[in-house]
Amino acid sequence: MYVAVKGGERAIDNAHRLLATKRRGDPAVPEVAHAQIREQLTLAVDRVMTEGSLYDRDLAALAIKQARGDLVEAAFLVRAFRTTLPRFGASEPVDTGAMQVARRVSAAFKDIPGGQVLGPTFDYTHRLIDFLLEAGADIAEPATAPADDAPMPRVTDLLGNDDLIERNPPGDPDAPVGDLTREPLDLPADRDLRLQNLARGDEGFLLALGYSTQRGFGRTHPFAGEIRLGEVELEFVAEDAGFAVPLGTIELTECQMINQFKGSATEPPRFTRGYGLAFGHCERRTMAMALVDRSLRARELGEEAKAPAQDEEFVLMHSDNVQATGFVEHLKLPHYVDFQAELALIRQMRREIAERQNVAPREQQALPEAAE
Amino acid sequence: MNAMISTATPSTAYNFAYLDEQTKRMIRRAILKAIAIPGYQVPFASREMPMPYGWGTGGVQVTAAILGANDRLKVIDQGADDTTNAVSIRKFFEKTSGVATTTLTADATIIQTRHRIPEKELTETQVLVYQVPIPEPLRFLEPRETETRVMHALEDYGLMHVKLYEDIATHGHIATTYAYPVKVEGRYVMDPSPTPKFDNPKMDDCAALQLFGAGREKRIYAVPPHTSVVSLDFEDHPFEATKFDHACALCAATHTYLDEVITDDAGGRMFVCSDTDHCEERRAEGHRGDLLGEAPAAIAGSAA
Repeated sequence: MYVAVKGGERAIDNAHRLLATKRRGDPAVPEVAHAQIREQLTLAVDRVMTEGSLYDRDLAALAIKQARGDLVEAAFLVRAFRTTLPRFGASEPVDTGAMQVARRVSAAFKDIPGGQVLGPTFDYTHRLIDFLLEAGADIAEPATAPADDAPMPRVTDLLGNDDLIERNPPGDPDAPVGDLTREPLDLPADRDLRLQNLARGDEGFLLALGYSTQRGFGRTHPFAGEIRLGEVELEFVAEDAGFAVPLGTIELTECQMINQFKGSATEPPRFTRGYGLAFGHCERRTMAMALVDRSLRARELGEEAKAPAQDEEFVLMHSDNVQATGFVEHLKLPHYVDFQAELALIRQMRREIAERQNVAPREQQALPEAAE
Repeated sequence: MNAMISTATPSTAYNFAYLDEQTKRMIRRAILKAIAIPGYQVPFASREMPMPYGWGTGGVQVTAAILGANDRLKVIDQGADDTTNAVSIRKFFEKTSGVATTTLTADATIIQTRHRIPEKELTETQVLVYQVPIPEPLRFLEPRETETRVMHALEDYGLMHVKLYEDIATHGHIATTYAYPVKVEGRYVMDPSPTPKFDNPKMDDCAALQLFGAGREKRIYAVPPHTSVVSLDFEDHPFEATKFDHACALCAATHTYLDEVITDDAGGRMFVCSDTDHCEERRAEGHRGDLLGEAPAAIAGSAA
């Protein structure tokens, strides 16, 4: 009976207790510790940190455990925690050029200064289920090489030296840092806010949009200029000290897409940029983000904008999975007051049609209303 | 659920009513602006809340921003205090603020609601906080925020009148039964949130302050006390509130909004007040509906 939704507090409490039991699963199986999630499900942790907009591996791992592995729910838990944290200020811009690189590939050049570094990647694995994993077989020690201090300049910087790619606008250190979690998003949005929106957007949404640009819906002719993964140092200018103090290192994935641009009356032909950045190791998402970022620059670059991925309002308003899942799932909440209004209307409309046709409506024949 | 007033001890891990004071100040500024421009949607920096978007985060933020230690809070969903989400939100404020909560409309200083306006007339000492999913009345006619903001600025509401006219041309009457658009103080067209149009007349010249919070869409708007709220219509097709052919099966009221409750699988159904507090109060006063003795407790409650 639909009225069962009027259950009140006891039903809610019981549901929560059942949820806790389901989360634990079979008690005969050892409970997973959040440290195991942090160390062994690192890519899930990275996604939750990125979409949760909070760099905290332990918290993300705990959220994954609490959410029974539902990563959108885990990101939501992290967001709801993050929103209560006080803001001290904004860090200095990180220098990904000075990254301690663990992986770095370019699809645009065969070799690059500092070399191509494959690092930990699924890319050339055969996707065969490894039954040895189930058996818990020992793994081989990773190969090592002597530490190398050779600089690894960004591929886009190399192109920039020849003026073949657009220059990034110089940063203004005194300009306020845009933050859509502190100010409502105003459209059209500047690129910093668009990138912030994409950086915390749903990976599946970004992936589908990026994919759509490759299939002709707003084509941008991309090349993966460079994807790099590694640790960067984070610095913060403490007002009292008057200089930047290091806060520690964070792991980032950065993707720089190189895209065509045919030039204009005032600009010579030059490659353009699409940019992706994420916490941890999130290669798929940074590549998709870079594709979408470039697509959203259609207006700025004087391109015709008619594909979904070029539509700023469409992309920015629907990228956030915490917002999206909340609103989609709110349809579970009772709507019986409004549904009653619709029921009354549809009955009235059917009655009016029936009167016009001078035929008794079927519902009145079959189901006389009990309360009448 | 019995009508009751209860108090709780606040949790100390969070600030009073969850939000930090800077955030509350930001929300209060948006509320003040909204009151100054009745019906205008004020953008605000909506926060992530510990309940999902679409489940009342806008209303919760507005309530958190205006809640004081001496307030008495009532939370309803579909008119009822014991609907699951109303229970959840009431518990949230009990836990984070420790304010007294009540199910009695007359005793509440703040009433947070989803989809209904209480049947009992509200007073100057009360604030009604609506949870709003889509604040933009023009959204389903024009999906772009950039366009609808210009339409509001230019008071260009032709599209809405065309929609209502097309309803009449197709159906012979306006086929909008809830979230029925209103014009506030002769200027802004406003979405009353998806309350049934039955409730629209209660918004006009209402003594209580009406605040609307849309968390996901990051908008706050307001109808100050004693403000004109007119449901859109045409001279030859005036607005008509929904009327019911039935009286409430529990309290015999003929002036209230009724829920239809299916009682068996053979077409049996009964109609009962959606506003449970109002219905219980009427029963306490001795009003008796046709099915009062036989209705299941889940519907009639213990006040039957």
